Amino acid sequence: MSKYEPVIGLEVHVELQTASKIFCHSSTTFGGDPNHHVCPVCLGLPGTLPVLNRKVVEAAIMIGLALNCSVARFCKFDRKHYFYPDLPKNYQISQYDLPIADNGYLDVQDEDGNPVRVGITRVHMEEDAGKLIHQNTDDTTSYSLVDYNRTGVPLLEIVSEPDMHSPAEARAYLDKLKTIIQYTGVSDCRMEEGSLRCDANISVRLRGSQTLGTKTEIKNMNSFRALQKAVQFEINRQIECLETGQRIVQETRAWDEVEGVTLAMRSKEEAHDYRYFPEPDLVPIVISPSWIEEITRQLPELPDARCQRFIDDYQIPAYDAGVLTGSRELGDYYEECVEIYPQAKTVSNWVMGELLRLLNDTNSEIGESRVGPRQLGEMLTLIDKGIISGKLAKEVFGEMFRTGKDAERVIKEKGLEQISDEASINAVIERVIASHPGPVADYRAGKDRALGFLVGQIMKETRGKANPGLVNELLKNRLH
Amino acid sequence: MELCELTANELHRMLTNKDVRAEEICLSVFERIGKTENQVKAYLALHHGEALEQARAVDRKIAKGEEISPLAGIPVALKDNLCTRGHRTTCGSKILYNFVPPYNATVVDRLNEQEVVVIGKTNMDEFAMGSSTENSAYQQTCNPWNPECVPGGSSGGSAAAVASGEAICALGSDTGGSIRQPAAFCGVVGMKPTYGTVSRYGLVAFASSLDQIGPLSKDVTDCALMLNAICGHDPMDSTSVPTELPDYRGALVTDIDGFRIGIPAEYFAAGLDDRVRRVIEEAITVLEQCGARVEETTLPHTEYALPTYYIIAPAEASSNLARYDGVRYGYRVEDAKDVLDMFSRTRSQGFGAEVKRRVMLGTYALSAGYYDAYYLKALKVRALIRRDFERAFEKYDCLISPTTPSTAFKFGEKVDDPVTMYLSDVFTLAVNLAGLPGVSIPAGFVDGMPVGLQFIGKPFSESTLLRAAYTFEQSTTHHLKRPSLTREVE
Repeated sequence: MSKYEPVIGLEVHVELQTASKIFCHSSTTFGGDPNHHVCPVCLGLPGTLPVLNRKVVEAAIMIGLALNCSVARFCKFDRKHYFYPDLPKNYQISQYDLPIADNGYLDVQDEDGNPVRVGITRVHMEEDAGKLIHQNTDDTTSYSLVDYNRTGVPLLEIVSEPDMHSPAEARAYLDKLKTIIQYTGVSDCRMEEGSLRCDANISVRLRGSQTLGTKTEIKNMNSFRALQKAVQFEINRQIECLETGQRIVQETRAWDEVEGVTLAMRSKEEAHDYRYFPEPDLVPIVISPSWIEEITRQLPELPDARCQRFIDDYQIPAYDAGVLTGSRELGDYYEECVEIYPQAKTVSNWVMGELLRLLNDTNSEIGESRVGPRQLGEMLTLIDKGIISGKLAKEVFGEMFRTGKDAERVIKEKGLEQISDEASINAVIERVIASHPGPVADYRAGKDRALGFLVGQIMKETRGKANPGLVNELLKNRLH
Repeated sequence: MELCELTANELHRMLTNKDVRAEEICLSVFERIGKTENQVKAYLALHHGEALEQARAVDRKIAKGEEISPLAGIPVALKDNLCTRGHRTTCGSKILYNFVPPYNATVVDRLNEQEVVVIGKTNMDEFAMGSSTENSAYQQTCNPWNPECVPGGSSGGSAAAVASGEAICALGSDTGGSIRQPAAFCGVVGMKPTYGTVSRYGLVAFASSLDQIGPLSKDVTDCALMLNAICGHDPMDSTSVPTELPDYRGALVTDIDGFRIGIPAEYFAAGLDDRVRRVIEEAITVLEQCGARVEETTLPHTEYALPTYYIIAPAEASSNLARYDGVRYGYRVEDAKDVLDMFSRTRSQGFGAEVKRRVMLGTYALSAGYYDAYYLKALKVRALIRRDFERAFEKYDCLISPTTPSTAFKFGEKVDDPVTMYLSDVFTLAVNLAGLPGVSIPAGFVDGMPVGLQFIGKPFSESTLLRAAYTFEQSTTHHLKRPSLTREVE
């Protein structure tokens, strides 16, 4: 074990999926022609005023509750100032000293499966900025275009305590956070579309020390993998610094995905003075206990509770329950399937095995699966009824996955019904015995393994359609 | 008397009696503009064609026997910090020299609903920062009572336009006295309503927690009619009051018998011109004769109002004005090296000296390490100032004071001495800090220059203020006098 202990805290920005922006009626739809989802308010034109979208407050309260935070009875917005062309007012409306929720926690597991509780410092609401598109960056005629479609899209910033101590823990925290947010339905959390963004604060210290080392802030990590790699790189870099007697500089660093390194962006001295002050164009937000109660009632079952219920109600292993509740859609899929076909462990095997493998192979998500939970359940019923063999079922399922057809139709079209008729099987047995006298003699001489060979030959002749239990039984009877 | 010298109330009666057409009123105003605007220079832009069209539309309505609103066909001027769709809105600044908003301010929409005839956009101190309209990037507006004197500011163009008959009524904005002070200097009525009474949507912000739009008019009746038209909740402005507001015309009764009026001693202290004091003392006698009980009171934190104001207003301004960077609209320097160069040179060249001074003051006050000592402290003092007024209003129906310490001063007299200039708003800015309504009405003259009497009330007591002001007005003739400039042209 290294003599150094990394200390990691994450700042996560989540774009909320409200229909309109946080302070105006413009659409929050991702993409679209540049500067089409804009209006005078989100463009910050002179004289315009923000009006708070109630849905944003409700989403923030919901996330606060889901992260075990205390929700403020009274909070307000503040202006955060910095000059940048993607920020139309040159200040961002954010929350400074009175965030909507604070003092929560999230339970995750470290790489060895041990529980780790990560504190949530605060959750606050703010508006997103626009996007710069740089042109001709290589030559002297370079310029930048700006797209304000994203300006004013509601964001939640979720700040954790420095409670993580490895890249894997950071990753586990972000995974869990994403899952919880997806469960609440307030955001799709797509890192590649920027609806989930993450900055990391990292320091290292001698193991056992109680004081924190000098931290750096890492930006520009665009995937879960990048987060893990960047955090690992930065931990190594800081340890290297200390080992070679250098001082760690408090600064902001950017992750360079291509080079796989973090690079200095700006030092603490160059940091902005944001000159926060209360936003005078908005009135403070008063949150009544009854409003919080109402949102508490709307809060869906969260992953941890659902996982425990799966273990208790379906009697499946904790590992299975964890995987199946890893996304709300997967859990829903599983539950719908179990309703049709109540052998919960079998369903779990199929969902976690074939279904997830095929989704992974086709790089698609559960919502895109052409096989619905009802169809999977029906197929499993057909196995039990002896219509298809378990082995052929995989082929059937593969075809269902590709075409979206029901199991029965696939079976009919491909002629895959299981042969359970004794006369037909006996006929094949006779042919196989006649053409393989050697193995037949071996079996009769006591070599049990030869039976397997003969069963294999029979299955081959029937192209796998023969009911294997029946084949075994009839063959043994015939050879005795 | 020319049509342009009448009040909206008089003209409305004439319109409904079919004694006059709206087009004639409009033409009378433009005729007056043709005669006096060369000297007054109240307007930055005239909307000649649209104004006549609107007037004719009102005439058609009257001809068809349809009912018209109290302000239909009345020529009104708008301060150039009120956004007008399709018309340049410059705020008196070079940095917005080409800015054409794609939207109307809510007050502009409301006036349009009333079928008011918008004459044009009036001159102002750049971003409403100033007390003389000398800080306009475009022109100097003269006081119609004496062309060597300033009209006051920052709504100097609106006040001068109403005083000279270049508009019947006007809208201004008041952050620390910018309606009341020029109204006093130009001998017209000017009201700053309670914060939240009038939507600020489309008013280019100077200091958001202090700004309020209000009317300028020749008399108290027109003030009430204008206020009726523009007040009320606006879902586009979260700080506008959600409650139902009264019909202010109902306040126009000449009865203040038993009114308790307080005179804050601090407003009659050093710095007040003795001749102005005498005019106000005469006004007090008139109010007493009308049945009011007038007595001295105190607002102990008055001396802190000016420094408090000059922390809070510039702090908010430094933030509100951050958006003028040349990226999206307005002035932008040519051949910038990079984006920072573009920002800093655009702002250096686009803003005038006073605006830059206040942006720097405000930026400093909000900076890390200074915030608590300046901005936060100022907020605490602001609360004390508000409490002073609350205590006074436990005892009095309203307070009165001179609107300004002196009458209109000469051009150039104070422009190089910011603090002296700031002191000309010393009686008005506490009202903004406390969010209260205040109205200035003509109270008399000193050497031929108008003196304003200010009524201050508790929040949402506009009706009370208008009633007191109306009673005073109906007992005097000051509001009927017209400036020398307009007498000369006739």
